[in-house]
Amino acid sequence: MAIRVGIIGAGKMGLSHFAIANALPEAAVVAVCDTSRYVLSVLRKYAGVQTFTHHDEMIDEARLDAVIVATPTSTHFTYAKDALERDVHVFVEKPLTLSPTESLALSELAISRKRVNQVGFHNRFIATFQEARRLLRAGTLGTVSNVHGSAFGQVVIKEQNRTWRSKKSEGGGCLHDYASHVIDLMNLLVGPPSRVQGASLQSIFSEDVEDAVSAVFLYRDGVTGILETNWSDETYRKMTTTVTLHGSRGKMVVDRQELKIYLREGCGFEDYVEGWNTRYITSLQKPVAFYLRGEEYSAQLEAFVGAIRASNVAHENSFASAYETDRAVDLIIRANRANR
Amino acid sequence: MATIDRILFGDNQFFGVNHMSEEKARQQLMRFKDTAAIIEVLDQAFEMGIRTFMCTTYDRIGEICDHMRARRERYRDFIYFPCMPYGHKYANSVSQVGIMETIHRFSTGGMVSTVIRGAVGTITRDIYALMRLLVDAEMKRFEGLNTPVIFVQNVVTDLLLGLKLYPVFAEFDRYVKQRYGAEAGFITMNLPLLLDGLAHAGVDNPIVCANINKIGFRMSGGIPAYRELLRTHRCRAIAMSVLASGAIPPREAIEWACGLEGLSSIVFGASTAGNIRDTQELIQQYWGR
Repeated sequence: MAIRVGIIGAGKMGLSHFAIANALPEAAVVAVCDTSRYVLSVLRKYAGVQTFTHHDEMIDEARLDAVIVATPTSTHFTYAKDALERDVHVFVEKPLTLSPTESLALSELAISRKRVNQVGFHNRFIATFQEARRLLRAGTLGTVSNVHGSAFGQVVIKEQNRTWRSKKSEGGGCLHDYASHVIDLMNLLVGPPSRVQGASLQSIFSEDVEDAVSAVFLYRDGVTGILETNWSDETYRKMTTTVTLHGSRGKMVVDRQELKIYLREGCGFEDYVEGWNTRYITSLQKPVAFYLRGEEYSAQLEAFVGAIRASNVAHENSFASAYETDRAVDLIIRANRANR
Repeated sequence: MATIDRILFGDNQFFGVNHMSEEKARQQLMRFKDTAAIIEVLDQAFEMGIRTFMCTTYDRIGEICDHMRARRERYRDFIYFPCMPYGHKYANSVSQVGIMETIHRFSTGGMVSTVIRGAVGTITRDIYALMRLLVDAEMKRFEGLNTPVIFVQNVVTDLLLGLKLYPVFAEFDRYVKQRYGAEAGFITMNLPLLLDGLAHAGVDNPIVCANINKIGFRMSGGIPAYRELLRTHRCRAIAMSVLASGAIPPREAIEWACGLEGLSSIVFGASTAGNIRDTQELIQQYWGR
């Protein structure tokens, strides 16, 4: 029988998840919960799903196996907690919550209830970044000394913003919305930082939130990290995320489309030769059953459904791993405050 | 029924889309920052006998259309296949101002200015009426030009497909026929699934455009399923991404695509006269002139 999925929050991400989950052979979206009666009326009429304005009613009445939470970040904790307490598997959009304490509590609750608990840090499902992790784990770069993560894009390019993404209290801003992706990738590749040595949150166009984030990370084993993000850069057509790593045996530059690795003399690995090597996403990425806007969006939901089928609670992008990202975000906020 | 040329010219290269390299995309974006540079390449393709331009309805297409309209005689035989909408325009707007405001913003753009917001609200409750408004808004720029096929971009086709809103496909098909005397086309990354959805909606032998390449890049459903639906003529297919953004050497890529039984056309983009000629010659070598 297909896994019965409910969507909480039918905005841009909610509708995207709706379409992808609904196209998976093993899942069916049967209910949607949102605050907009207009959106609900359209979905009820045309997509034939049950609609609700209260999430707990939806979970009870639609007999759900899983929910996908795609609401403003400030509300994630309540929805995820209520769903887990009803023994429903939960997928939450990134970041998990605005507080590491809440994220940790959710992670512990999910584990105790043995429910699949995943967060939408979709970059982890991009094959270039997965290959970067494989190469690092194999020691290809030797001892890593530096990691640099960046993201640029044009989300806020003028002083006009009226959604939750422009409100700090709801989880808006470049730090939670944009930088969290980069931090999560840096965590994937070198583990979470132990300290944030300095950080700066800058507003460029926004009134209530930051549009750029810079930070210096310190890791165990003496690795240093630099984070640099700016979502008010109109020279990028869409979000562009890059991670660069320096090691004793070489250097690696990876983004969603290509992985470039330079290996020093005598440091070749498998079919990666000394000097520069480039691998493209076109040859690395595995196909997905249904494509909407990037293999990674489909792959993460395929993994979610797969984990539910296999009763596997130790999967990629768990709440526990997203907690580490929320913790680093929190360290940045504290370091920024200390600077003032 | 619209006749579709065997070789069509695409536009990804003009606005910084490259599925393999961010750097290459950026270089192309810089090179084509002036519309004149785009028109120069279009002229080169035109002079080589390529008449059909498959173009996204992004902001600068208006300038290109103005140029063509002003030289009606020269571009008399030029054919446009508009592909709508330019997704990022809407996605960025949804991030900035929300879904409702985005609907107001773009639907009113296609309507007389006296329409008040309340009236738009009533209309948009009917998604077919909303779709017609958005199509008209996008088509305004092509007024007076030859647009025998109007495509829905893959992000919208595949969103509707996932939501299983199949009747919207049928309504789009009906509306572009009635209003623009055009045939509907559908761009997709999920061709086997789409054909099932279109059949469900009663749209037979549709014009479709999908990634079709030797390495199966973004061919959801897999190469064997694509081969089968082409062979059994379930659609009139235009292959895109034949070179998989450069992952397959051109000759090998084109030999493979041209060898597919039932494939009608290939669309490709190129930035220089040399590349246009090379690709065209390869296709002609395998398909004949």
